[in-house]
Amino acid sequence: MILTNLRRHRVRTAIGATGIALGVATMLSVVGLLGGAVKMFEQILRNDSQMVVFEKNVSDLFFSNVPVTLAAELAAQPCVKTAQPVLFAVIASPGRSIITCFGIQSSDGRLRRGKWLQGSVAGFKDDAVVLGERAAGFLNAKAGGTITLGQGSYTVAGVVRMENGFENGGVLMPLPTCQKAFHKDGLCSVITVAIADGHRLGEVRDWIANNRERFSAMDNDEFSRSYSQFQIIKVTAWVVGGCAFLLGGLSVTNTMILSVFGRIKELAIARVCGFSRGQVARMIFGESLLICAIGTVSGCMLSWLVLLGLRAIPQLQGYIEPSLGWEEVASATGLSALTALLGAMYPAWYAARLNPAQALRFE
Amino acid sequence: MMQVLVKDVWKSFDGGRIEVLKGVSLEVAQGEVVALCGTSGCGKSTLLNVISGLEEVDRGAVRVAGRDVVEESTRVDLLRHHIGYVFQLHHLIPDLTLSENCLVPVIAAGARRQQGLERLHELAEATGVAHRLGQRVRELSGGERQRGALVRSLMNDPELLLCDEPTGALDERNREKVFELLLELVRSRGRTMIMATHDLELAGRCDRRLRMRDGTIEGESH
Repeated sequence: MILTNLRRHRVRTAIGATGIALGVATMLSVVGLLGGAVKMFEQILRNDSQMVVFEKNVSDLFFSNVPVTLAAELAAQPCVKTAQPVLFAVIASPGRSIITCFGIQSSDGRLRRGKWLQGSVAGFKDDAVVLGERAAGFLNAKAGGTITLGQGSYTVAGVVRMENGFENGGVLMPLPTCQKAFHKDGLCSVITVAIADGHRLGEVRDWIANNRERFSAMDNDEFSRSYSQFQIIKVTAWVVGGCAFLLGGLSVTNTMILSVFGRIKELAIARVCGFSRGQVARMIFGESLLICAIGTVSGCMLSWLVLLGLRAIPQLQGYIEPSLGWEEVASATGLSALTALLGAMYPAWYAARLNPAQALRFE
Repeated sequence: MMQVLVKDVWKSFDGGRIEVLKGVSLEVAQGEVVALCGTSGCGKSTLLNVISGLEEVDRGAVRVAGRDVVEESTRVDLLRHHIGYVFQLHHLIPDLTLSENCLVPVIAAGARRQQGLERLHELAEATGVAHRLGQRVRELSGGERQRGALVRSLMNDPELLLCDEPTGALDERNREKVFELLLELVRSRGRTMIMATHDLELAGRCDRRLRMRDGTIEGESH
């Protein structure tokens, strides 16, 4: 009966399902894109490490100031395998207003993991910088050449293909050069810490808490959960997606209201044939759920196509690394089901309470 | 046991301003075919709606097959298993096939589809619409539609058939055919029928004729 009803009113069904599909697609696309951005930033922080040390109570890691000497102190602890200082910055070049910049030491894992397309790690010193492949593309730079970044000129020591979109579109600078360029002498933004075998993460946390009160040490997962910027991004994604869903929900409500008002006589006939109020309500809820199911599947496919399309745009390559897991899809499906039930509430109530005798006289 | 028992039933609309039934009492035995006659607005349709439970009464009692038609669950159960309803207008769903329309009561009753299909074919054969089952209602003639409505009303093999001017919208030839069919189906199965009609000739072929006027039953003849 439910299927038959939806099949009979194809246009109405399609409009309702499209509303939900757009809601699902918007939600999954936004969540996927922003989630991907968060994931990429998390990867930058992980960098072969399990912990990150940063200045307490800063809203953004770009404002965190940690003395580089702390990295040496940490490295001297038996529980620490390596401690790598990283300075995050944003710089401009002619024709490019924002380029992410990473001040790192030559021993940093990033230089080892990337695929060197030009130059070598040996050249990564003094005023020589290494460019991500995409950054080299938009800066039109090659190894051995010179580029202008901010107020200074730098030699290009090499071009590396990095897996991470931000790194691939960014500039890797020797830490002292980066500190000088951004007036942060002796400072870095974070220290990424790898734990020595047989030791616990808690040992580093305790050492920091006992010896350096101004700083905080967190394991990567804890940091991801608590870092306010990540939370803001994630909440924004879900709020934007939720708003899209709200519109989708209104579309379903509208569809179902039209559907009920358009077949008052039919519903009355169903009652005369023995349908109970509950059966009528269940039929309306069932139709709504099926519309939402169609919309959810279509929305998932649409968002997949959108994300695929965005990744194919040359200007965005590397920056779009959508991250969609089963949790996001399950959440969208759950929201869709909730939308279906909420959207069908009034129409189902109205349909169930119809007086069949009066409704049969309805013209 | 009386199939239908209506006792001092009052029914009004518009907050009591329009009184349609004014103390109607009626008894119909199992297997009886009763005609309700009277002019338009005398309360025939309302009485049928009250018996079927489609309308609630203001006062009085209605019992069908020994059960009070008060609770929603009783009304639903009676409409599913005990009462069939045929209207003046066929009230089939236009963009469903005749077969799909006739299966609506089967779905409502939660009966097995196969069982429903067997019953459908049997009734469709008996009413001469078997070859039209796959057609959408809008493609059927007036007589076929009304015969289809008759099939639908009998799908769950009801004990009581309520007919509200079942031939009122048909031409002379179809009127006769449909009524004959109706009588045959009801009598051959020993079912009870209450039929509202203007048509005195058709009413004359029923076991009993009740004359309604201004919301009351003013007399009857056999």
